[in-house]
Amino acid sequence: MSIRARFQVARGAFRLDVDLQLPAAGVTALFGPSGCGKTTLLRAIAGLDRIAGGFLEVDGEAWQEGERFRPPHRRPLGYVFQEASLFEHLDVRGNLEYGRKRSPDGASTASLAETVDLLGIAQLLERDPRTLSGGERQRVAIARALAVGPQVLLMDEPLAALELERRREILPYLEALHRNLRIPVIYVSHVPDEVARLADHVVLLEAGAVRASGSVQEVFSRLDLPLAHDHDAAAIVEAQVSGHDAEFHLTLLEFAGGRLTMAREDLSPGSRVRLRIAARDVSLAVERASGTSILNILPATVDAIEATDAAQATVRLLAGGVPLLARVTRKSVARLGLEPGQAVFAQAKSIALLS
Amino acid sequence: MMLSEADLLALAITLKLALISTAVLLVLGAPLAWWLATTTWRRKYLLEALVALPLVLPPTVLGFYLLLTLGPDGPVGSMMEALGGQPLAFTFTGLVVGSVIYSLPFVVQPLQDAFAAVGRRPLEVAATLRAAPLDRFLTVALPLARPGFLTAAVLGFAHTLGEFGVVLMIGGNIPGETRVASIAIYDHVETLQYAHAHWLAGSLLILSFLLLVVVYATHGRFRVVRT
Repeated sequence: MSIRARFQVARGAFRLDVDLQLPAAGVTALFGPSGCGKTTLLRAIAGLDRIAGGFLEVDGEAWQEGERFRPPHRRPLGYVFQEASLFEHLDVRGNLEYGRKRSPDGASTASLAETVDLLGIAQLLERDPRTLSGGERQRVAIARALAVGPQVLLMDEPLAALELERRREILPYLEALHRNLRIPVIYVSHVPDEVARLADHVVLLEAGAVRASGSVQEVFSRLDLPLAHDHDAAAIVEAQVSGHDAEFHLTLLEFAGGRLTMAREDLSPGSRVRLRIAARDVSLAVERASGTSILNILPATVDAIEATDAAQATVRLLAGGVPLLARVTRKSVARLGLEPGQAVFAQAKSIALLS
Repeated sequence: MMLSEADLLALAITLKLALISTAVLLVLGAPLAWWLATTTWRRKYLLEALVALPLVLPPTVLGFYLLLTLGPDGPVGSMMEALGGQPLAFTFTGLVVGSVIYSLPFVVQPLQDAFAAVGRRPLEVAATLRAAPLDRFLTVALPLARPGFLTAAVLGFAHTLGEFGVVLMIGGNIPGETRVASIAIYDHVETLQYAHAHWLAGSLLILSFLLLVVVYATHGRFRVVRT
């Protein structure tokens, strides 16, 4: 399973020119500001829009090549739109059955039950879609897309039409999908936080072109990209829970770069979690500080330094090969004589659990 | 005095004509309206104008051209004769053809509005759920446009009830075949039989009113001529 996509469009001021190889597993985020072409690309992959001269190959099969174009209803994919767009003339069960009935070699009844379970909609099956909340509707829409037993799931900003509260309600379900789905997911979003939580791989689009493509850790920490210079820039770290400190009510974590401590979360030892370490919360020292209140002190190497604005710089660090970011003043960079290759200690004041 | 046997027959012919015409209109009008609602053809207004023509044309103009077309010397009429049939002018079938054309905008416009209201999204969803184009039309577009079908059916039916000019031109006035209520009323007035005219006119008035009540009660509003 691999996806190769090559599309070129020039429509008035809008341009799209991409040549991509997307990973065969995990969640790939098509990430960028509105108007950057991410939805256009997703619709072209689904076959909802036909971009003349495009090329698309999924799992060794050409879905579009030259004059050949496989219409959307003959592509084994699932698609979740920004608005749930449930069929209002059918109840929830009818919506789920619609696609399943039409995909004989797709999902079985057993896996439908699994999907219903995964999205927590078992008690909604007999309901009229018009009586559901926005979050419930979108969960049904996701289950409906999965019920066809797709080989790839495409999601076009499934949270964008929801209010903040509904978004919070639905994110855990998306994270559960991320953990449980064996098929690749292509997820369109313009929200860094969603991408940080859900994506494994990020394709950063800018004005219709691919600005960067890489792992989420990589793309979020590259100093030549705008993300690392954002006010809320952060490194994403995958870690494993190693235990808890009962006395001080802490959770202990481990990753390639060392050990981390955070306020206790209800996590079982051994489970894998995704953490967010904000660049603003990381300070640097050339010697291991003693007499500090900061618990998370990691030995690291300076990888690169870039000025973020007139006063501040962002430093990219590698701790056991894992990228971290630190936002410090340019004065500090000069005073400490920081330069690439230098060994430093990264002091993280706080760590947030993403999933 | 009540409705005479001849008047009852005229009323029955009228209802039969309206029923058959409505059925034909829905079957023909649905794909046409669907096409008009979804096409990206830039000159679709040409077809929309053509469909709307019966709204503004005097029915006698329409009837006149139909008479020429369907009569023994017209293209359709002579073709029918060549095929061993008879010309459609002055037959019930000819009336159905005339009614269908005459009431076309009353069926196509509400259907087109209904399909446009359904929008593109539900059909795209259906496409990603493996439904082929005809399947999408039958299982998504049609059920979602159902309110439009009720409006279209009632308007088509009611409008055919009131048909006069077209029938006069191509139907003649053959009792039991092409003599409809509106023509019968005209005859009664011509011969000064006002009581007969009252009964028949009253029946049509009440029937039409009830039909429109159904439409407004279920919808609140509809548009016939788009602005």
